[in-house]
Amino acid sequence: MIALEERMAAALARLIRDPAAPPARHIAVGAASPIPAAACWLVKKTSADVRLSLLHKRSGNPFTEGTRELFDLTGQGRIDLFFLGGGQIDGQANINLIGTGDWPGRKVRFPGSFGSAFMYMMTPRTILFREEHSPRVFVPRVDIISAPGVSAPGVFRRGTAQALVTGKCVFSFDPARARFTLASVHPGETAASIRAATGFDYDEPAEVAFTPDPTEAELALLRGPIRDEMLETYPEFCNRVWHRSAEGRAA
Amino acid sequence: MSPLDVDALAALVPDGALVAMPPDNSLTPGAMARALVRAGKRGLRLVGVPVSGYCADLLIGAGCVASVQTSGVSLGEAGFAPRFSAALAAGRITVTDATCPAMHTMLQAAEKGVPFMPLRGIIGSDILAHRPDWKVIDNPFADGGDPIVLLPALQPEIGLFHAQLVDPDGNVYVGRRRECATIAHASRRVLVTVERTTDRNLLEDEMLSAGTVSGTYVEAVAIAERGAWPVALLEEYGFDSAHFAEYARLARTEEGFQTYLQRYVFNTASAKVAAE
Repeated sequence: MIALEERMAAALARLIRDPAAPPARHIAVGAASPIPAAACWLVKKTSADVRLSLLHKRSGNPFTEGTRELFDLTGQGRIDLFFLGGGQIDGQANINLIGTGDWPGRKVRFPGSFGSAFMYMMTPRTILFREEHSPRVFVPRVDIISAPGVSAPGVFRRGTAQALVTGKCVFSFDPARARFTLASVHPGETAASIRAATGFDYDEPAEVAFTPDPTEAELALLRGPIRDEMLETYPEFCNRVWHRSAEGRAA
Repeated sequence: MSPLDVDALAALVPDGALVAMPPDNSLTPGAMARALVRAGKRGLRLVGVPVSGYCADLLIGAGCVASVQTSGVSLGEAGFAPRFSAALAAGRITVTDATCPAMHTMLQAAEKGVPFMPLRGIIGSDILAHRPDWKVIDNPFADGGDPIVLLPALQPEIGLFHAQLVDPDGNVYVGRRRECATIAHASRRVLVTVERTTDRNLLEDEMLSAGTVSGTYVEAVAIAERGAWPVALLEEYGFDSAHFAEYARLARTEEGFQTYLQRYVFNTASAKVAAE
């Protein structure tokens, strides 16, 4: 039995390793991102030459200049890959972390943009990740743009979204056309079920592939050494997915 | 510098002050925020460095706050900040949205005493459209066609954080949590709570000096044992996620929030037990 979280982590790891994408030598992962963190550990445990900076973790957090150092590094182009989500994400890969309705989120207020308005533009690639796949999240047009999916010519920008991974599928993103294409659906989903759950328009191939299962080797890593690495930062996630509590007992 | 108690320290904060605080993964001034609530402060204008959490939500819920400038307000794993959301919806506070590196950059400009600093990114974000104080210019060092954002210096009137140690000269130890050094350098007045005093001069110790904020910047200090609680303090004590969950649950309603205040803010004896 493969958990959805494991499938999404393996799908993210494949995107990180994509040889057509810019190299991922240094990846930063935020606190609220257990599935992207698991994906990064999969890459790290199978390839020696990637540096992982785990924000908000005492061990594995390399920064000694306070939280600004992540942004200084990114400003220089030294962070290759970052993950972003959104309360709303639209078909041009704009993300909204501020809220719905009129500015500044008169209908539903989200926490705020955090570093997204900078990171999305200054990182050579971003993988968008949002587990909830519904028309309220994936909208035709975000109510508020925290960070734009593409930029006008002449505006300094190192990269865009590479892909969007959800609880139902994987979309690839083409910045030249500012448009998503359905790349694969997770088992149990179809092209029609994705269309019904997605508020924005996108392209799809004539034959839609299934998102592959994680390999046996990946599952063994996720359920052993990666789970152990993640216990300190994501105890509730480890307990839910792998039935493992911080005390090291099977829960 | 002789340490005060935390309520005396809170009394030094005027109503309406522009107050900078670090987030919930740093040296959060939890005890000081509770003292500001007890002191009945009004009209505070909070600055999140670069984001806001427990302290901001508590002060907002208690009616101490007029506005927040920040890149995000949340309780982390415990979810959205409920009193912030309620106050914003009711129009009791205003929020000025920013993005994390912009908060750092504005404070760095104040550290350097320059009127502004540039920052990449942001162009195309609706944040920029709602920040008339942020300007876009053409990079004067390029051959044209390179727009870049200029951010004004931000000098908080009061900087607050919790440190581990204070020495007889008022030097305070913050370790690698250097956003607290940024707060100290940028703010006009800095009020620090600390776990304890030490007799040795922190700046004379090569192992500790790099993690020390010079007493040059510090106006007054108060001893507050477990003063970051419910947030962690370096390697001394951990993050109290059970308390965050309790706060998030109670603060969902105004009535529950009042219960929280009675239990943990106005009843300092029960708060002390909970913090230990």
